[in-house]
Amino acid sequence: LSTSSPNNPRSASRVPLVAAAAAGLVGLAIVFAFFVAPEDADQGISQRIFYFHVPIALTAYACFGWGALKALLLLWRREERYDLESYVAVHQGTIFGALTLLTGSIWAKASWGHWWLWEEDQLVLFLVLFLFYSAYFMLRFSIEEGPRRANISAVYALFGVVLVPVSFLAIRLAENVIHPTVFTRDGPQMTGTMFLTFCIAWLAMSVLAYALYRVELLGKRLDANLRELREALTS
Amino acid sequence: VSAGEKYVAAAYGVVFVAVLVYVAIIAAKLARLERETAELAELARRRDAGG
Repeated sequence: LSTSSPNNPRSASRVPLVAAAAAGLVGLAIVFAFFVAPEDADQGISQRIFYFHVPIALTAYACFGWGALKALLLLWRREERYDLESYVAVHQGTIFGALTLLTGSIWAKASWGHWWLWEEDQLVLFLVLFLFYSAYFMLRFSIEEGPRRANISAVYALFGVVLVPVSFLAIRLAENVIHPTVFTRDGPQMTGTMFLTFCIAWLAMSVLAYALYRVELLGKRLDANLRELREALTS
Repeated sequence: VSAGEKYVAAAYGVVFVAVLVYVAIIAAKLARLERETAELAELARRRDAGG
């Protein structure tokens, strides 16, 4: 593997801008979710959890996909920077995955009266996806740092991404549907304002995930550069 | 406050706390990096002074 690339100064200077955009969009999403979107006739106020729960779940899928793409690039181009980028993307995906499970569980309690239903395939499949990627960290940190760890982590991240479409489609293919399916072949099953609120929340979560991804990557690269500098100064 | 409102507050609160914890972790890491940078600068200065 080639040596790690330093932080790109132009990319690093954009981080505060992305973070500010994320904060603004999350604020806007909250305003829309509570003050603009109408109350759902069926579920009442608890339906407002949807505006954060679904975008968080979609962002988790996107992060796992991004991690797999970076893993593929690592195996293909043999550049060490892709290992770190893949790791950070999987880390973000796991955080958003945990938030999906937590917000989903709260919504389930509010709507169905249960925190969790083991007979619901879509819930269990998302949990499997989350646990699979949680195990990624155990695998990664059980191997000594170097090309071997990077390669094994990349292959694992690539295998995991297969579970993403399975988990996503399970919500649509399940026969005993308790978990609501809002997006069908006939389009989104909600009013225009609700859909607009959902789109804003989705954009907000995507930008938030990207901001956290850039910040974490920046920190990890700084850490690595300082380690190299310390070795150079003390040798 | 209705039960539904409590659940909505809990769901949004969980997300807010998660982001807050993340920011706190990043802040702690930045503080550590600042300390290490100062240490390395001091080391470099001593090396220079030592010739």
